[in-house]
Amino acid sequence: MDMRRWTPSLLALAALAIVPFASSQIEAQTPKRGGILKYVVPGEFPTMDGHRENTFALIHPLAPFYSVLIRVDPDNPNSGTYVCDLCTEMPEPADGGKTYTFKIRKGVKFHDGTGLTAKDVEASFQRIIFPPTGVLSSRVAQFTMVDSVTAPDDETLVFKLKYPSGAFIPALATPYNFIYSKAKLDADQHWYEKNVMGSGPFIFEEWQPGAFVKGKRNPDYYHPGKPYLDGYEAIIAKTQTLRVQAIRGDQAATEFRGIPPKARDDLVAALGKDITVQESDWNCVLILSPNHKAKPFDDPRVRRALSLALDRWQGSKDLSRISIVKAVGGIVFPGHPLAATKEELEQIAGYWPDINKSRAEAKRLLKEAGVPDLKFTLTNRSVDQPYTIVGTWMIDQWKQVGITVEQKVEADGPFYESLKAGKFEVGLEFNCQSVVNPLVDVSKFRPDAGDQYSQIEGKDLVKLHEAMNRTADVAEQRRLMRQYEKLILDEQANNFVTLWWYRIIAHRSYMKGWKITPSHYLNQDLSGVWIDK
Amino acid sequence: MATPMATVTRPAASAAEEAPPRPSWLGALWQFCRQNPLGAVGGIVVIIMIGMAAFADVVTFYDPTRNNFGAMLEPPSTDYWLGTDQFGRDLYSRIVHGARTALLVGFVSAFVGGTVGLILGVASAHFGGRLDLILLGIMDVLMAFPLIILALAMVSIFGTGRFNVIMAITIPFIPRCARVVRSSALAVREMPYIDAARACGFSHARIVMRHMVPNVFAPYLVVTTAAVGQAILLEASLSFLGLGVQEPVPAWGLMLRGGAQDFAESAPWVAVFPGIAISLAVFGFNLFGDALRDWLDPKMKI
Repeated sequence: MDMRRWTPSLLALAALAIVPFASSQIEAQTPKRGGILKYVVPGEFPTMDGHRENTFALIHPLAPFYSVLIRVDPDNPNSGTYVCDLCTEMPEPADGGKTYTFKIRKGVKFHDGTGLTAKDVEASFQRIIFPPTGVLSSRVAQFTMVDSVTAPDDETLVFKLKYPSGAFIPALATPYNFIYSKAKLDADQHWYEKNVMGSGPFIFEEWQPGAFVKGKRNPDYYHPGKPYLDGYEAIIAKTQTLRVQAIRGDQAATEFRGIPPKARDDLVAALGKDITVQESDWNCVLILSPNHKAKPFDDPRVRRALSLALDRWQGSKDLSRISIVKAVGGIVFPGHPLAATKEELEQIAGYWPDINKSRAEAKRLLKEAGVPDLKFTLTNRSVDQPYTIVGTWMIDQWKQVGITVEQKVEADGPFYESLKAGKFEVGLEFNCQSVVNPLVDVSKFRPDAGDQYSQIEGKDLVKLHEAMNRTADVAEQRRLMRQYEKLILDEQANNFVTLWWYRIIAHRSYMKGWKITPSHYLNQDLSGVWIDK
Repeated sequence: MATPMATVTRPAASAAEEAPPRPSWLGALWQFCRQNPLGAVGGIVVIIMIGMAAFADVVTFYDPTRNNFGAMLEPPSTDYWLGTDQFGRDLYSRIVHGARTALLVGFVSAFVGGTVGLILGVASAHFGGRLDLILLGIMDVLMAFPLIILALAMVSIFGTGRFNVIMAITIPFIPRCARVVRSSALAVREMPYIDAARACGFSHARIVMRHMVPNVFAPYLVVTTAAVGQAILLEASLSFLGLGVQEPVPAWGLMLRGGAQDFAESAPWVAVFPGIAISLAVFGFNLFGDALRDWLDPKMKI
């Protein structure tokens, strides 16, 4: 085995090992069969197609219906190791790290009774990596290293890469990579946008738009003994108060996205030992994106001033009391070996330890750019946690250097329309990833990334990012990552990282077998969850 | 040969004998308060609110948008009379400044909506025929929607923000005022002096603006005054739903959202005081509007 090819995965493993894991009272008990798990979901999926969507609102209610090729180890999700779901064993890379051959399980059935073969897996990854015209795949950019996917027989799947890449296996383990039926896709590539039919631990039962999704146990599931639950009900509840009250009143066992510290404290105070809390750093961050095509944000001095005005160090202490944000970091998940240290961060504009010096520089830059009394509109999502809370905090921070900001809050549809059409001055958006894989995670900051809304230009970032992905030398990756980060956050002042999220899950203590991860996308197929009542 | 017109002059003393002495404005105010004590209370609330809005910077001690996490969720005290919210902002300052938002949206929406309704209602009554039928049809369609539903629809068309909220509240008020004014204007249209104006060859604009509008002003004023309270409530509702003005603008409905819900149990003052402010304002405007109607409506004096 070529260890160099696995280095990024091992780095991820090392990073995940240091993820705080407070209050997790995971007990080694024998799982019990039966029961219906009810949980609340803070949003609703735009379509039912996992290949197309990016939202937890799809993963939480629909992931239990599907199988994936490989996944983060569900029994030890913070280990950073990957295990087979539909494959029989994790492959050794061949051909100098450019070929991966997977063997697919025999006897797996879709919920309609048809058999699942390597051809179905191939068709699914063809759709994800090389989507046909008119089909939207959100993860094409994660698979730029893939040259071809083939299924020479019903049990073999072969990926050929253009170049060896440590980012390939983590990309493959993305939980959105649902395996669809080839027959359904051949008939209609858009069928899965409005229908559910997988081979996962639960069979789709009912969906009431705006209300709930129900699933029942798959008796033919290929992991022996699983799932433990008879079924589940994902209840859509967009208001946080409603969700917390649902848990408190035992109308729901939990919410899998994350709640703010205050809600956690209220639940613990009210329910005592009946509630269990699991916490973790979160591979999710709010990104401040100025529109480089909108004046005066075409001037890097103005953009730099926006970042210099923010006191992230104090903001972390303050906002972590009322919101789901906490860690100060650069573009890489804090704590990961590729992430900037505190000393390195303090060299970047907006992270200086002396906020007065930082704000004086912000005022100087604004004056020099001819906009000492800058006024603009911050376009934000109509989601309290943490969007409007962080937005409100930033407006106060900017006010202290003479910038007046009006917050324009929009629902998801109009919000993304504004960003995609470039109809905004400064936007507050996010970079949330499932598997901790910084080499892929930071692709958002490339000018050619599908979710890069700042309309930035320049090839230097692309070159740096590609160089990072092609080298197996960790020290070199780290060196290049610092250059990439400095360019984005400071020298070109393209986008800005605000604060990283902090995940708090409070669940009824009778819900067992679920373990927190640094992503609200991971480990959500519920096959290992059981009820101890 | 032209015949000189005879002129009749009356002795001044005789005119004075016929007309009762006109009370001074202070006297009129006293009379209003005596006849409508509840209306007077409402009027006082309205005056206090207007005073708060006008002198907000003078009567508050803190910047209503300034975060101070060191004083997060402080209970009411001598430093913070009504406590602080989750950002450490002084609730008293936010409520006082919030009166500006409430009154701005309330008055502008009610008076613009009412005035457009007045013009449409009088025009509809004056011209009658097909125009009346069409305008009446449109007004009936608009009035078929509950106020809040129509405002929500408008916000979804125009978007959020202070100006758009004013637009969203103004439009639903137009048919409500137009209907009331039209019914009064129909009666006025049949008056001899309107016939006389027509006979004199006055233009439609002159008849409507000089002779009809002043005579339907009382119902217009009553509807509009009552609408201010409704507009304040609508603005608060829209802001509460996240569709009105946005953080960090101080607005009562907005203050009831987010933190107020999250911290309602441990810091009830965050929700209670903005709620009281909304209730008092709406109560005040409704009492005042009712009293104004009683006072201005000659039928109520019989």
